Amino acid sequence: MKALSFEAVSLGHGGRPILRGVSFSIEPGSFVGILGPNGAGKTTLLRAVLGLIPPLAGSVKVLGEAPRRGNSAIGYMPQMRRLPPSLGLTGHDLVVGAAGGHRWGWPFASTAEKQMAAEALERVGATDLARRPFSDLSGGERQRILIAEALLGKPKLLLLDEPLISLDAGQQRAMVELVHRIGQELSIAVLFCSHEINPLLHAVDEVLYLGGGKAAIGSVDQVINSRVLSELYRTPITVLRTNGRIFVLADDIDLEGAEHGHHDHAHEHS
Amino acid sequence: MIASILDYEFMRNAFIATTIVGIVAGAVGYFLVLRGETFAGHALAHVGFPGATGAVLIGISPILGLTFFTVIAGVGIGLLGSKAHRDVAIGLVLTLSLGLGLLFLHFYTAYAGQATNVLFGNVLGIDGDTIAALAGIGAISLVGLLLIARPLLFASLQPELAEARGLRLGLVSTLFLVIVALSTVEAMQIVGVLLVFALMVAPAAISLHLTRRVATGIVLAMVLAVLIAWISLVLAYVTDWPTSFWITALGGLGYFASASWSHRRRTRQAA
Repeated sequence: MKALSFEAVSLGHGGRPILRGVSFSIEPGSFVGILGPNGAGKTTLLRAVLGLIPPLAGSVKVLGEAPRRGNSAIGYMPQMRRLPPSLGLTGHDLVVGAAGGHRWGWPFASTAEKQMAAEALERVGATDLARRPFSDLSGGERQRILIAEALLGKPKLLLLDEPLISLDAGQQRAMVELVHRIGQELSIAVLFCSHEINPLLHAVDEVLYLGGGKAAIGSVDQVINSRVLSELYRTPITVLRTNGRIFVLADDIDLEGAEHGHHDHAHEHS
Repeated sequence: MIASILDYEFMRNAFIATTIVGIVAGAVGYFLVLRGETFAGHALAHVGFPGATGAVLIGISPILGLTFFTVIAGVGIGLLGSKAHRDVAIGLVLTLSLGLGLLFLHFYTAYAGQATNVLFGNVLGIDGDTIAALAGIGAISLVGLLLIARPLLFASLQPELAEARGLRLGLVSTLFLVIVALSTVEAMQIVGVLLVFALMVAPAAISLHLTRRVATGIVLAMVLAVLIAWISLVLAYVTDWPTSFWITALGGLGYFASASWSHRRRTRQAA
């Protein structure tokens, strides 16, 4: 059984498709980088997997089943947004709040929920970090807390929306290594959205490249080359490799580099 | 002089009523401030104006009319969903409410003398029946808040994650606004339609400046709301100035004092 499969899927909002007739599948336990420029449909794709938007056409299968809201087999890490500054909740408060946060009734966390939170924090090595106010943590430390939240409920599929945004190179490397290690330890399939391929090069089994409403999937060498990307974007694209890094250029403009510092389409659905 | 304050029945009633309302307004207000929805709370209170005056016009109890109108408005604002265009809609509802209330007063001139009470509250005129109604509505609000507190906090702090985990954000928001509507009905009895902000928002905002823990913050907001109301009653008794004035004055003073305290503490930490 595949961790995720798309068959001729079109996705979009209000009938306007962002992705058209996309097909691919992802093996259990594999690490897949989702790449593409702003508005290419990365967040939209994740929302469809979460069952938050129905496909306009085609069929999505998550671990062999149709997507549904609140599927505990999926762990999700949204793009980071800031908390209300007046609150000094600790990382531990947040993770405990997320464990059973969908539960109505008696509001205090059960022992089982606290246990779940402690295990998830332990897994990402954030047990000590989690005692400090979340607002005092660095970008990389906050992301670790958010990864712990995504691991609650022992998911089989992890969806990470731009975890590398606003991290420096060292933090990016640590983040990719952490997620890669956890994916292998727990045999979780990971979908890792990123603007840039380079931080992911050593971890990814496959890349899913989105652009021009289409998708291309395969190994880094199969997908990130002039032929495939030129076809995807319907414009001549050059791929340069130097010092173990990859640069994607269109009309002498660095497609990926141009995205840096921009915030992605986090609010396109609101 | 102060010792004799409880000799009067209307004073005893006022203290009981402000205690009930303070507890409810403090707790609900905490989440209102946390979610950045204080404007919605302010507007819900204004909807009470045509509610109360309209109820008198058609001959039902004002508190029933208030409750009906504000709960409907709470559901309406909840269904408006995302905050993007909500402020304009809420603002229009707010002015429309005051306009309607004015119209109802125009048709029922005998009630005009009561308008000040609806707008600014009349805590010293609270009778036993009103206290019973306050206790009932207050109990429903608090139990409701307790039942939705966990998803409410999750949805307030991490909406995208909460949604992905299967929580219906619109439902959480609407249920909360119904509870807000009920507690504004409570607060209106004390401070009136126009000044609900003082009793619902000020204690909660002060509490958010003073403590970082959620449970402590909620309890502190409740204690502050009750304290502000009690001190205001005593000051009103001593000075003969309106209680509602004292509540707004203490709430405002407390807010600015706590804001500067928390600002100084933060800059000292940063240094």
